[in-house]
Formats: sequence, C-alpha cells, structure tokens
Amino acid sequence: MDFSLSSEQQMLQDSVSRFILNDYNFETRRKILKSTAGFSQENWNLFAELGWLMVPFTEEDGGLGGSMVDLMLIMEEFGKGMVVEPFLATAVMAGGLIALAGNQEQKNDYLPRIMEGQLQMAFAYAEPQSRYNLNNVKCSAIKTNGEIVITGQKSVVLNGNHADTLIVAARTSGNTNDNNGISLFLVDANHSSVKREGYANVDGHQAADIWFDETPTLGLLGEQDKAFPVINNIIDKATLAICAEAVGAMQIAHERTLEYAKTRKQFGRTIGSFQAIQHRLVNMFIEHQQAKSILLMAALKMDSNNGNDEKALSAAKSRIGKAANLIGREAIQLHGAIGMTDELDVGHIFKRLTTIQFLFGSTDTHTKRFSSL
Amino acid sequence: MNLNFTEEEQDFQQEVGQFLQEKLPKDIAEKTKNSLHLSKDECNEWQKILHKQGWSAINWPVEHGGTGWTPTKKYIFANECAKAGGPDVIPFGLKMVAPVIYTFGNDEQKQRFLPDILASNVWWCQGYSEPGAGSDLASVRTTAVKEGNKYVVNGTKTWTTLGQHADWIFCLVRTGEPSAKNQEAISFLLINMHDPKITVSPIITIDGKHEVNEVHFDDVSVPAENLIGEEGKGWTYAKVLLTHERTGIARVAISKDRLIQLKVLAQTSPDGENKLLDDAIFSQKVAQVEIDLLALEYTELRTLSAISTGQAPGPESSILKIVGTQVIQAIDELYVEAAGYYSMPFVPEQFHDDFDGQWIGPDMATNSSLRYFNNRKASIYGGSNEIQTNIISKAVLGL
Repeated sequence: MDFSLSSEQQMLQDSVSRFILNDYNFETRRKILKSTAGFSQENWNLFAELGWLMVPFTEEDGGLGGSMVDLMLIMEEFGKGMVVEPFLATAVMAGGLIALAGNQEQKNDYLPRIMEGQLQMAFAYAEPQSRYNLNNVKCSAIKTNGEIVITGQKSVVLNGNHADTLIVAARTSGNTNDNNGISLFLVDANHSSVKREGYANVDGHQAADIWFDETPTLGLLGEQDKAFPVINNIIDKATLAICAEAVGAMQIAHERTLEYAKTRKQFGRTIGSFQAIQHRLVNMFIEHQQAKSILLMAALKMDSNNGNDEKALSAAKSRIGKAANLIGREAIQLHGAIGMTDELDVGHIFKRLTTIQFLFGSTDTHTKRFSSL
Repeated sequence: MNLNFTEEEQDFQQEVGQFLQEKLPKDIAEKTKNSLHLSKDECNEWQKILHKQGWSAINWPVEHGGTGWTPTKKYIFANECAKAGGPDVIPFGLKMVAPVIYTFGNDEQKQRFLPDILASNVWWCQGYSEPGAGSDLASVRTTAVKEGNKYVVNGTKTWTTLGQHADWIFCLVRTGEPSAKNQEAISFLLINMHDPKITVSPIITIDGKHEVNEVHFDDVSVPAENLIGEEGKGWTYAKVLLTHERTGIARVAISKDRLIQLKVLAQTSPDGENKLLDDAIFSQKVAQVEIDLLALEYTELRTLSAISTGQAPGPESSILKIVGTQVIQAIDELYVEAAGYYSMPFVPEQFHDDFDGQWIGPDMATNSSLRYFNNRKASIYGGSNEIQTNIISKAVLGL
C-alpha cells in the first residue's frame, strides 16, 4: 500500500494549486461570474494549454491517463478556488461519454477538439420528473420520415447554455422507467428546434433548461437502447469529481473559519479562545479529514476496477455530503453575520457545498444506493 | 388543564378567519405563502389594514392601543394568519421599540411616537450591532456626546435590517466616560434617519438580496429629548426588548404552515415514477421535524401561559429562539431537498411582478435555496444561538 503521489501526479497537483493561488483568487472569480459568459475563455485556453483537459482521457484516446486519482487531484484544487469553468460538463461528462461509448470516428472527431479547448459540450440527462433516477427518461427519440428526431425537456443542464454540441439521453424503446431502451445522441445545440433558457446556478456555475422539438441528431453515441450503464458510469465519475471538489472547498471553509476565530475578538478575547468554539472547529476538521479519506478510498477502488465501483462511490458521496453540510453551515455560523455577506468567500463556499449535496443524487440517495448494493 | 378552546375563543377564531378572508389582499397572501419579498408599500398596506381593525399591536397594553388579548387569542391569531398567508408585521416599531417606549419612555415620548407606530405611519429600524460588537453587544462604540440640549452621535451600526426604508432608528449608544464599565455607559437613543449626516450603505447577502445595511453617523445632532429613560440605563432597556424579540422568534405558526405545505409539495413532487413523499427517508425526515415542532409548540404555550399568570418571559425564552430557528432551518433544507435539481438555478427575476419570460422549474422550486441561504441568519440574529446557550447556561442552570 502506498498513498504517495507519483512525480507526474505531484506536478499536476502543484500546477493546479499554483493557478488557484496566483490566478484564481476570490476577486478574480467574482469578475468572471459577472462577465457575460459567466466563465473565462482565457482560463479555458490555459487549461487546454497546460494539458488539464487531457487528464480525464486515456493515453489511447490521446489523453494523459484518465485515472480517478488524477481527476481527484485536479478537482480538489479546483474546489479550493471554486472554479466555474466547465471542466466537469465538457471534459469529464461529455468527453467521458464519447470516450466510453463512441466509435473511433466519433472519438477522432470530438476528443481532440475537447482536449484542445475548442469545443464546449454538455450532457443533458435530468428531466423535470426524473429527480435522481437515471433510468427515468421521458424525452423521446423516434424515427420520423427515416430520420431520428428528439422531443422533450431536459433540466438544469450544466454548461447547457454554452455548449456547441449536446449529448442527450433519450428513450428509444420501453417505458419511462426502464433501464433498457435509453440511447445517447449527439445534437447540435444551435439547431433551430432547440430552445435553451440559460442561467447561472446559485453556486455560479452556468446551466440551462433545454427543450427539443423534433430535433434531428448528429448521430447515435454507443449502442441503441443500451446507454443506461454508460450513463451510470459517467455520472459516477462526475460524482467522484464533485466529491473531490467538495473536499477542497471544505478545506478552505475550515481554514477561513479557523483564521477568523483566531483574530475576531468579542468579550475582550478571540472567539477561538472559547472552548465551545474550539470544539466546533475541531469537529469541522474531523469532518474534513473523514471526507478526504473516503474520497481517496473511492478513487482508488474505482481505479482498481476499471473506473467503476458503485458501492465505494456512493459511500463517498454520502459521507462527503454529510461533511459538506456540517462544514458549510458551521463556517457561516462561526463567522456570524459577516459570513452571510456576498463580499466574503465563505458564503460562496457554503453555496457550492450546498449544491454539491444535491447534484448527481442527494446524500440520502447515495446512502440508500450504498445499502442496496 | 384543558386543551380545548372555549366558546368565546372559537368565536374569535372564526372572526379572525373571516377578517383574513375579507381583508387580506390576495397578492400579499400569495407572496407570503411563497416566501417572496414584500415591498415597503405592501408591508404598510397590510399593517394599516390590521390597524384599522385594531389588531396591529398584539402585545401592547390596551391603554396604548393594544389588543389586550390572552395568550390563547394570540396563539389563535398567529395560526390563522400563517394559514391564510397574512405576513408578520415588521417588528422594529410595533414589537421592539414600542415596548421600550411605553415601559421606559416619558409621557411626551409616548404621545409623540406610539400613535405613528400603531398606525404604521413611520418605519423603524434597529441600531444595535456594530462591526466590532456582535455577540458582545455591550461593547458598542457609537458615541453620543452631550452638548447642551443635544447629543452628537458618531459611529457605525451594522446588519440594520430594512434600514433603507427607515424613518427612525433606535440605537444603543455610549454616553458614559470611556472608562465606564460597558453596561453602565450605554444609553437608548431614538434618531431620525432623515438627518443628512446619516448615510446608509447596502450589504448584499448570499441570497443576492439587499435586506441589511450599514448605517454611518457622522456628527449627527440628536435632541436630548430623544433619550429614553436615563443615561446609562440603555442596557437594561435593551435586555427587556431582546426578551420580547425572543418570544416571537420561535415562529411556530409559520413553521407549522410551511410544514403542511411541504407535505403537499412532497405528495405531488415526482421522484421518477413515484412521489417524493413515498421515499421513506424523506418522509421520516419530515416527521422528525414535525415532532420537534410539536414539542416546540407546547414549550411556547407553556411560556405564554406563564406570562398570562403574571410571570415575565425569562431566560427560558432562549429555548424558543434556539429550537425555533433549528426548526425553521430544517424545514428550509427539506424544501431544498424537495426541489432537487431545481434548487440550483439562480433566477430571482422570475419572482418579480413584471416577469414575463420563460419560467424555470416547477412552482417556487428555485426559491427554495434562496430561502435556505437567507435563513442561515436565523441562528445568528437576535442574539446568536451560541449566546442563547450561554444565557441558559448562566441564568437558568447557574453554571
């Protein structure tokens, strides 16, 4: 057993960490959020230049290895800066689907453009009624006049408003809740039959609701009717990524709160000198450590099992959700009212830690899945 | 002991219900039910309707225009209002400064201020917290120096809720020698917010809203007649006020109604092929909050009953603050959970009256996180829950 990083992993971690420290401070992030796009194209180009967009892909696909541990390293650092650039949507989710299910021609067409930062993508899977049930797909793909067309609505599609190409989960056979009968299609996001309503999420990430009305496709991705395991697998991978992001964000939330407790004076002494506050800071610390541990467990187990270990992943999402909940709330509570202001980063970390708890399945959903496996 | 309402109380319940049905404007009720922002005009509109009915000052003594209701009637009124979507009155005038004025003010002050508070002709805000005085409220640094028949006020107040609308502010200021012990140097001063030497700067909170402010006083002249009671007694008056603030703070009636609505929402919210309330874990979480709320309701009723037998609300009211805010926050979180993916979009503009774009999410789903974020304040304001815990520890348990 060896938990030390390889020299390549160390370099990757250092380079992302340096970027966050030097080029992604809270003020810079605020400016990015206020920009029209809501993310920085300049940063996106930089991510491509530094090879970060290649990290989620195997060497065979032209990437840098594609291990969960590598993904974890990047995302944990991204979490420390609350990076809003659509790495998750484009590289991890859409890119991951193409790498997993695409044919060689599709891979050759899309993957280099993703890795070079030239293509924005999004994966449209959730629907208004589906909640976290990935098999619950109403959106339909049917053959009309010899051509497959998609009709239906997709909810809160991450990067959905900026994507050039969408990957849409649609039902090609069976009933709404069947695992069988779901297929993935590539779709031109700018087609006239696609209506997109974009917005920022409360955590600053860009998203959109999308309506398809007999929209033609750019082709089937993977086997018809058999997309469910592929979707499951990629959502798990994306879940690991946000778990890592949460662990990074929790670290900063704890650091900021600790700093504040050591400097903020009330009743003539620092609030950190009160035992009631000390114990709570210690609890936050323990939660962060437990979260970090279970994240590592899940990443290693997934890596040793071809990138797929549902039970380990759900254990991590459940435990990290619990930690994110406690640390986010305590960070605000121990700061007091100042922690609730838009001007301070703590409140924004809290908001991201909140959305992560409900993204790709809530804490309870994953506890239930863990116990069912 | 008896749980049933008397015939008179049942009649009263009917009277309140009928009043709300006839007089509560539908748009205000709908916004309140949906936890949406009410404008200054809408708040005043409702409070003036209450005043016309003689019901704006629930807790005041009858001689000043209060209702003289028993705790049971207050309980009935709060529950009927919550059910119908009648908004809470803005507390700063009617619930906070008025009791200080009619308890500690002189006759001239009572005549000058109380009628306008009663009729909601003026908007009050609270000048307590300062950047350096939060939980340690007694360390306020805003000074009021006596010069002839006026005070000259300098300093900064913060977290001033709805101060952007206010005509008047009640402040804790330091009048004593700098060397005086904190509590003995504090006075209670009423200040006109329209003074040009007062500036109000907005503070935006994490839900994107402008609810609180910083208020700066730069050599503001305040007539000495605006001092309540005696110099140096402000801390005593403030404590009375805080106890009043705390009894209302449990917000039981509103939580009860929010919980009923949550269950309806969970019965209709899809979870794939099922409904959310079919989910055993979710429904158990709802039940747990409901049980906590039941206990809280009876803790509050016990407190009210003690008050009706002549006892003042004591430090036990801190229990109401702590548990009440825990319940509020737990319910808010369940709403976020019920909204699922639609808790994420930040689209506050769709709740504006003039919005005509594409609606995102079912009903009010996208408002759920905004309320959850906003109500993190509940365990911080009115004396943080940590301070309430200290109060119980010291004043009740003698630790």
